[in-house]
Amino acid sequence: MRDDSAGVRHDGGGKPDSAVVRDALGVGVAVGLSGFAFGVTSAGSGLTLLQTCALSLLVFTGASQFALVGALAAGGNPLTAAAGAFFLGVRNAFYGLRLSQLLALPRAVRPFAAQWVIDETAAVALAQPTRRSIRIGFTVTGLSLYLLWNLTTLLGALGAEAIGDTAVWGLDAAGPAVFLALLAPMLRTGTERAVAGLAVVLGLGLLPVLPAGVPVLVAALAAPAVLYVEGRRARRKEDDETGGGEPPRDEPPRDEPEQGEPEPSEPLLSNPVLSRPEPSEPAPDEQEPGDRTLNEQGPEQPGRKEDR
Amino acid sequence: MNIWIAIGVTAVGCYAVKLAGLLVPAGVLERPLVKRLAALLPVALLAALTAQQAFADGRALVLDARVAGLAAAAVALFLRAPFLLVVAAAVGVTAGVRAIGG
Repeated sequence: MRDDSAGVRHDGGGKPDSAVVRDALGVGVAVGLSGFAFGVTSAGSGLTLLQTCALSLLVFTGASQFALVGALAAGGNPLTAAAGAFFLGVRNAFYGLRLSQLLALPRAVRPFAAQWVIDETAAVALAQPTRRSIRIGFTVTGLSLYLLWNLTTLLGALGAEAIGDTAVWGLDAAGPAVFLALLAPMLRTGTERAVAGLAVVLGLGLLPVLPAGVPVLVAALAAPAVLYVEGRRARRKEDDETGGGEPPRDEPPRDEPEQGEPEPSEPLLSNPVLSRPEPSEPAPDEQEPGDRTLNEQGPEQPGRKEDR
Repeated sequence: MNIWIAIGVTAVGCYAVKLAGLLVPAGVLERPLVKRLAALLPVALLAALTAQQAFADGRALVLDARVAGLAAAAVALFLRAPFLLVVAAAVGVTAGVRAIGG
């Protein structure tokens, strides 16, 4: 990216370029290396080398890639699988929105920068104090992560065959671990936890009864559902405080902060490396699926053992 | 062929939303309800996906070594371990449990 000093602040808020580069490389390298897990997972799910590499080159947003191969491996229809991956990618639009103001890129550059608008680049860029450091952070994170992610995807896909049964090596646990790492920092308030809990219940509960891929989409409804309940509760509380006699007004009732719950200052920062995961509830994994346990083995994973 | 369709749709869709964020005038996505929903949708999706990939085998729900791996990842996250270490912990513990139990 070119050096455009027009928007650069020269006040004391800046930090040395080398420090920005170091932070960016730290994230880029760490996350870039986990492309290996994706490559192995994808190849292990039955995708070809070319398909696996195409995903990392063209989709380049880890959660969506894992979700897609997971759904395809589970026998989901391609459009349902793509829909789940797409909905997971939608959050990148909101990163882009913030970044477009902060980076202030020329319109001609934006189509090229767009592919790098993901969790990690947004997390690094948003943590920087000046436009210059924001641009450096975004570019260095994007470049190092893109190169490494694609390289390690290739190696992982090539290695998958040599590795043999990926389940023996525990590589089927990489996907959920990635999702958990992305999720954990988002569970800051009761609202987020309620959404996560409801989504887990819907996602697991509907799994045996709906076609593959659909339960995740239904689980997404946990978000509007919790928002709706929360909004109703806030409105009722408001009514109680005003004696309840006030007729509803035309303007949206959203002007007051809901239940005094503070909007997180950086609601879009979700990177586990830079943001600080709050020791929250023991993650949705502790939900009790035990009573629903079935001993069937999926036909597509012949190597899996039922170790308890 | 089906897989290529899924890849194509996902690639185009994911690129489109990334670009949209950079191009769309700020006002459109800045409405409080839209922002709120956008912050919560990934939470719902990631939670459901985490649970499914940890507990599902095809369309059956199972409890196997992945759960131990996921618990290890949770501990690593709790200790603020770097991303790569979180994934490594999950993979290593899952493999370890399978090796012992297998």
